[in-house]
Amino acid sequence: MIGLAHYLTVAAILFVIGVLGIFLNRRNVILMLMCIELLLLAVNINLVAFSAYLGDLKGQVFAMFVLTVAAAEAAIGLAIMVIFFRRRGTIAIDAADQMRG
Amino acid sequence: MGNLAPILPEVILGIAAIFLMLFAAFARRGSSATHWLAVLALLGACVALAGAPQESGRIFGGMFAADGFAAFGKLIIFLSAAVAVIMAHGWFDREFEHSGEYPVLILLSAIGASVMVSATDLMMLYIGLELQSLSAYVLASYRRHDARSAEAGLKYFVLGGLASGILLYGISLLYGFTGATSFTGISAAFAGGSIGFGLIAGLAFTLAGIAFKIAAVPFHMWTPDVYEGAPTPVTAFFASGPKIAAVLLGTRVCLDALGPATDQWRQIVIFAALASIVLGAVAAYGQTNIKRLLAYSSINNVGFALVGLAAGGQGGAQAVLFYSAVYVVMTLGAFLCVLRMRDADGRPMESLSSLSGLSQTQPLLALALAMFMFSLAGIPPLFGFWPKLMVFNAAVDAGLLPLAIAAAVLTVVGAYYYLKIVKIMYFDEPTGAFQRVREPVQTALIVACALFVSPLGYLLINPIGRLAANAASIF
Repeated sequence: MIGLAHYLTVAAILFVIGVLGIFLNRRNVILMLMCIELLLLAVNINLVAFSAYLGDLKGQVFAMFVLTVAAAEAAIGLAIMVIFFRRRGTIAIDAADQMRG
Repeated sequence: MGNLAPILPEVILGIAAIFLMLFAAFARRGSSATHWLAVLALLGACVALAGAPQESGRIFGGMFAADGFAAFGKLIIFLSAAVAVIMAHGWFDREFEHSGEYPVLILLSAIGASVMVSATDLMMLYIGLELQSLSAYVLASYRRHDARSAEAGLKYFVLGGLASGILLYGISLLYGFTGATSFTGISAAFAGGSIGFGLIAGLAFTLAGIAFKIAAVPFHMWTPDVYEGAPTPVTAFFASGPKIAAVLLGTRVCLDALGPATDQWRQIVIFAALASIVLGAVAAYGQTNIKRLLAYSSINNVGFALVGLAAGGQGGAQAVLFYSAVYVVMTLGAFLCVLRMRDADGRPMESLSSLSGLSQTQPLLALALAMFMFSLAGIPPLFGFWPKLMVFNAAVDAGLLPLAIAAAVLTVVGAYYYLKIVKIMYFDEPTGAFQRVREPVQTALIVACALFVSPLGYLLINPIGRLAANAASIF
């Protein structure tokens, strides 16, 4: 029988993969965008699992909000990436090194 | 339909943002008019605030509170947004034709920030925070022909997205283990039973996400890069309105939702406060870029505000509010002076060395900047000293004497780099004058900010203190 703990474990694993992906990945920004999406989806699993477990609708409403905002966030992220690519000709993270200190 | 009077300021700004978007698209050379209309809308929203506190109503099923606390925060946010719009006048026109979107984005960001300070539910908190952040990402990369601006936007977006993820994960845990998303429900759940591991994890993740937004150590690493790369008016806005919104949001979450768990969050806040003060003071030593230096200054100042939050209770909240109000004026004044740093062709200059000998070429500007620096350092008799004293006082009253002493000692460490700027302006050989800028409104704002931080500011202790006390009375 799959219970609440299983869902929470899956969400926690996805969340950790997302965070590690952002910190370890040095190759390109699209992978980072995917990691951010992964974080938000892990949260959604959490919210929906808790919502079903508690028999309370608020968690599912919250998950809808998170999905909507994640879409807007991805749009803005891609737009900023396009600007960056136009200036630098690459989307490698190591290229974002003009400011240091 | 219900009574929408409590959200009148947000409604005004929302309509203004939509209208100005169309106006800027159709008016060919009307970017100046767009700016002034946006300022007008922000001032109108400030006036509309006067009616809101009396309503003190919670609307949208108790998710949104228009109380004195929110009104105090919104006044700071709207005024700093108005200053940020005024600052951009004559800044973007020079090299950049699409300046119509700038005031619109500032308005949207201000709406998000004002929803943040009014939020009494995790859902509302998230929506406000994201509206503010998404507009801020675009603003940071606004000068799209400048590689540094694009890089600032990219870094801000990636780290901001990570922060939102961490915050949301904490929120989902808080929701799961308390069964509520409203602050009152969470507070009741914390007061009710034993505080288990799930709740502690939720609390820690949520506070980490908020610490990211207020740029407190150890979640500050985006600040210097973003502040340096973003256009100067945008940087000024980041350092004032949205930052204060996040500080006040953190205050409401800690004192309202997590009130019964004070012992649990107090250690986290004390650590973040001291670490921010130390890092803000130490890391600024080697900097040569004035915007970067002001970024570290803002990290340092947020540390002092967090000392007030660590004190907790009404006294602590009052100190945080007072500190925020004075900090915003000092920071905006400093950035208004930075805006005056232009070379002979009118291009912005940002290096500290370009300030050398400013006291001989432009004595009044040098005097104003010196006052802001002394005030940010908290040196009496300037007004910046008073909120620091209030914060320490609140910490002592809450029985946190060691914290107050440590913070007071560290103030001296931080004073070094503020004084370094004053030394460069007054004792170094002049390298060349800045181009004169003809912006009478900005000059008037510099004078107003300078008067505010001068000893004359002490006359305002009573009115601001009364407002802050009234705002803090909800806790």
